[in-house]
Amino acid sequence: MELLRINRRTFLQGSAAALVGTGATVGIAHAADVTLGIVYVGPRDDFGWNQAHAVAVKSLKTLPGVKTVEEENVPETDACSKTMESMVNLDGANIILGTSFGYFDPFMVDLAKKYAKVEFRHAAPLWDAKKHPKNLGSYFGYLNQAHYVDGVAAGLSTKSNKLGFVAAKPIASVLSNINSFMLGAKKTNPKAVVQVIFTGDWSLPVREAEAANALVDAGCDVITCHVDGPKVVIETAEKRGVKTCGHNASQAPLAPKGFITGAEYKWETIYKGYATDLAAGKALPNMVSGGYEGDMVQNSPFGAGCTPEGKKAAEAAIADLKAKKPIYVGPLKDNKGKVVIDKTYDNLDPYLDQMNYLLEGVVGSIT
Amino acid sequence: MTDVAEPLRAGAIGPSHWDDLSIRVRRSAEFVAIPLFALVVSALLFSVFLFALGKSPLDFYSLVYRGGFGTAFSLQNTFQRSAPLILTALAVAVPARIGLVIIGGEGALVLGGFASAAIAIPLVLGKLPPIPTLLIMAVVGSFVGAVWIGIVGYLRYARGVNETISSLLMTYIGIAIMNFFVEGSLRDLTNPNKPSTMPIGDAYMIGKIPGTDVHWGLAVGIVLAILLHILLTRTTFGFAVRVSGGNPRAALAQGLPVGKLIVICCMIAGACAGLAGFFEVAAIQGRANASLAAGYGFTGILVAFLARHNPVAIIPVAILFGGIVASGGLIQRRMDLPDATVLVLQGLTFVVLLMSETLYGRFKIFQVKAAADRT
Repeated sequence: MELLRINRRTFLQGSAAALVGTGATVGIAHAADVTLGIVYVGPRDDFGWNQAHAVAVKSLKTLPGVKTVEEENVPETDACSKTMESMVNLDGANIILGTSFGYFDPFMVDLAKKYAKVEFRHAAPLWDAKKHPKNLGSYFGYLNQAHYVDGVAAGLSTKSNKLGFVAAKPIASVLSNINSFMLGAKKTNPKAVVQVIFTGDWSLPVREAEAANALVDAGCDVITCHVDGPKVVIETAEKRGVKTCGHNASQAPLAPKGFITGAEYKWETIYKGYATDLAAGKALPNMVSGGYEGDMVQNSPFGAGCTPEGKKAAEAAIADLKAKKPIYVGPLKDNKGKVVIDKTYDNLDPYLDQMNYLLEGVVGSIT
Repeated sequence: MTDVAEPLRAGAIGPSHWDDLSIRVRRSAEFVAIPLFALVVSALLFSVFLFALGKSPLDFYSLVYRGGFGTAFSLQNTFQRSAPLILTALAVAVPARIGLVIIGGEGALVLGGFASAAIAIPLVLGKLPPIPTLLIMAVVGSFVGAVWIGIVGYLRYARGVNETISSLLMTYIGIAIMNFFVEGSLRDLTNPNKPSTMPIGDAYMIGKIPGTDVHWGLAVGIVLAILLHILLTRTTFGFAVRVSGGNPRAALAQGLPVGKLIVICCMIAGACAGLAGFFEVAAIQGRANASLAAGYGFTGILVAFLARHNPVAIIPVAILFGGIVASGGLIQRRMDLPDATVLVLQGLTFVVLLMSETLYGRFKIFQVKAAADRT
């Protein structure tokens, strides 16, 4: 590897001879320190997925000996591997976090092989011990638990008993959030129904606004969502005078009147774990995941839209989840009448990761 | 030079060798000096912007230099990013020569990339060796791109449809077509969360240029830029294209097949963009998915305009742009500026450059012809 790099350098020396000297002065972090590099696919202040990560990274800045370098709006092309390499080569990063799905294969897989001394971690459960290098790994949170808490609070904050859900694509993680939200609402309000609209893609602001409006027109008085940037949905609902539950990061500032609470990741727990393990010279786990029981998800502070009873029930639900009380208590039918969950499943049971149905109580169709 | 050229011309029967050279040097000097001047002006304007943010412009430009060009790693980073830009800029520059503003290279790139990934599926499954497979992929990718932008040219010629609008709108159709197949019949079911076509596999990937981290798309782009420059400036085809671009009615009156030329130029453009898509698939992604629409087609527009639609000038401009983009990361990390900072610089550069168009022909020093005509 070292030899290879020297070769490349000599190859380019013709054009870069005078400049290589400058390059060598670029500061490389001290070996004992931890430099954590993180790459986002969108802007850091998107009120959504990227912001959730950025908030966690910000919290690391208070840790002694930990330096963070961040880069936003990095597309899922070879640009992301160049960005990560640049963090390794120019900033001396010893751990790289990739937060967008498409960064993993082939980019992070190749980089992990190329830079065996650097740790790479990716925010989706894709790492496979049989296929992938040991300095690569995955982390993710069971956000459906926080959506369940949203549902519990929403069930007691609705008047029409109709709750609306704007969803991106009918894949397992999205379906799990919708079903959990519905089960939470049903727990506190058996009359509640959840109506879902799929927009078809992760970021379609116009269609998200249309969907939110359509749900309000259909009588829903609480709207929540699972799209990349929940900003449009929350703002549209607030404008229409209905209540909202958030997703990914805190959208409380966007809905001062109607915000109930929101499902948030707590990446901070995972990132702090990485940083302290690295500083202590410990091997990093390849797979980190969890929900409330592992302190990896959380709910946004309750807003003006939440009733006192809703808040109380939600706090009790959080305590239950921390005690690993199951959400999916079987048997449960899908919304076409077929039993899809035959028994009670543990909250982290892999069976639930394969979800491809909407449960009874959800109005909508995945096809 | 004028002092020498004028008496010579006055005394000569035909245009002399020296005279010719002087005119050409001065003309090219104008094409270099004015864009350079525009670049300096935009850099100064951008410095004002940085001052307003309380950041040091000197830090900024030294980071641009270091992140884009200052180290062996940075240079490779820059080259890698400029590789697709050369091809997508050519997709704008060639039709521009015949007077068309085509901004739909992104669609041709996406469809070209998708088509080459799709045709690869039966070839890879049929165990065809990598080299013929890649050749077929490249041909299919550029052909699909050529047809896509060819349609734009045909609509322009036959129906008078504005090519700028139609090419832009067709980009969205192109992306939708790819999504339709990638999320439907051609979806690789082993990859449940991100719809993609089946990966072509490591054995079928185009390697890097030996000793570097840069894929062959850069070399192909440079060669193609030079070939297209020769085609446009040194052949009767190129002459006919320029005449048609300058005055289509006069060209028609001269019996030039303007319609055919328009369609051919568009097809060349589409082929370049399709080829960029092929390289994205064969050298980088290994499969077709939504990541193909990464915006190279749109950045290419900027590069082509900066290069004044000169295929050879596209090469340095693309490298400059690649460098600015490559350094964008370092700027974010070291100066704590948002990513959009680099976009502001790009936008400023573009506006100043467009304004600098009005400067052409206003500086006496470049006006050899006018001076010569006076004698």
